[in-house]
Amino acid sequence: MDFFSPNTKLYDIISSNPKFLHLLSRFGIALGFGDHSVKEVCESNHVSTDLFLLICKVYADDSYIPQLADFEHFDMDGLLPYLLQSHRYYMDERFPHLEEHLSHIIKAAQPKYAKLLERFYDEYQSEVDKHFKYEEDTVFPYIEALRAGKSDKHFRIAEFKRNHSNIEDTLDDLMNILLKYLPGDILPKERIEISYDIMELSVDLVLHTRIEERVLIPYVEFLENKKS
Amino acid sequence: MRSRVIICEASEIITTGLTTCLEEQDQYSVVARLNAPDRLSEKILSSDADILIINPALLGYTDRDLPVQLAKEHPRLVIVALVTSYHECGSLKPYDGVIEINDTSQKYISKLNEIVNQKKHDEKSDDSFELSRREIDVLIAVAKGMTNKEISDQLNISIHTVISHRKNITKKTGIKSVSGLTVYALLNNLIDENEVYK
Repeated sequence: MDFFSPNTKLYDIISSNPKFLHLLSRFGIALGFGDHSVKEVCESNHVSTDLFLLICKVYADDSYIPQLADFEHFDMDGLLPYLLQSHRYYMDERFPHLEEHLSHIIKAAQPKYAKLLERFYDEYQSEVDKHFKYEEDTVFPYIEALRAGKSDKHFRIAEFKRNHSNIEDTLDDLMNILLKYLPGDILPKERIEISYDIMELSVDLVLHTRIEERVLIPYVEFLENKKS
Repeated sequence: MRSRVIICEASEIITTGLTTCLEEQDQYSVVARLNAPDRLSEKILSSDADILIINPALLGYTDRDLPVQLAKEHPRLVIVALVTSYHECGSLKPYDGVIEINDTSQKYISKLNEIVNQKKHDEKSDDSFELSRREIDVLIAVAKGMTNKEISDQLNISIHTVISHRKNITKKTGIKSVSGLTVYALLNNLIDENEVYK
C-alpha cells in the first residue's frame, strides 16, 4: 500500500518526519486525533483528504509532480487558506522569534557590528513583507476571483511565476554572517541556537515555495486554461 | 557508475540509434527519451540525469534561452547540442558541447567523453576559497550598490566577466544577496560604512 494513502494512520505520516508536524496547524487539524486514518481525521476536521495527501507527497519528494487530472477531481478549496496559514506562522511566530534572538546579539555587539546587523535584518524583513503582501493582496485575490468564475484582464499567474522571488537565500546569508564572519566573541551560544532556527525555517520556506510552484501555479494555470 | 543520459530529439530513429551507440559503452545509460522539451527541468530532476543531449531545432523562439536556464538550475548537468541541421555558431554557445548527426558513432562517444571531462575540469579548476584581487574589486563595487553594467564600465571588463566573478564570490563566501555581500565587505574592512549607507 502506498504510504501516503487515505487509509494510512495519520500519526504514522506525521511522526515519520518533523516537517509534517507543520501540516496539523496549517490545515487546522485538532490534536487528539487518536489512531484514526488520514481520511477519518481529515473528514472530521473538514479538510480535503486529497489535498492533504497531495501536499504530503510534495513535501516528501522533491521530484513529485501533481497530475493535471488531480486538479479536476480534487477539492482544492483548502489550498489558499493553507498557504495563508503558513504566512501567518512565519510572520507572527518564526520571524519575531528570530528577531528576538538577533536583538540579543545586536545588543551584545559593538555599535559598528550592531548597526550592520540591524540594517541587514531590517532590509530583509521589508523584503519578506513585500513578498507576502504581494501574494496576499494581488495573487490570492486574483485566484479567488478566478475560482468564482470572474476574469481579470490585467493579471495572469505567469506574471507571479516570473517574479516569484525566493526569500530563503538572504536567510542563509544571515547564517553565513553569524557563523563565519562576525567576530567569535559575541554571544557564540546564542548564535549557534539561532542558526538551528534559521536552518529549520529555511527548510520550511523551501517547502512552502515548492508548494506554490508545484501545486499553486499549475493549479491556477489549469483554471486559466479551462476558462479560455 | 554509468552517467545518466536524457535524449531530447523528435526523430525516433535518431534517438534509438544514439541510445544504442551510448549503451554499448559501459559509462552511459539512457534514462529518458523525450520527443519534445516540455517540463524538461522537472524531468531532469526526477530522472537524476547527468547529461542532456538535445536537438536545438526543437527549441522555438520563445524557449531559445532554455539551455541557459537549465544550466543555471542544474549546474552539474552537462548539456550537449545534437545538431541535425545548420545553426548559427553563436546560438550553440550556451551548450557545453556539440555533437553532429553526421559523425561516426566512435566520434559521438569520443566527443561526449571530451565534453564531460571538460565540464569536470571547469568545476575543479577554481577550488580556492580566497577571493582573488579582481573578485574583491567586483565585491566592493557590488557592495556599493553598482549594477553589472556600471561595474563592467568601471573595471573595463565585459558584463559576462562581471557575472562570472559574482558567481565565484558567492561560491566562495556562501553569500548570495547584495545586502549580505555588503555586510561581508564591511566586516572585512574592504569598504567604509560611509561609502555604503548615505
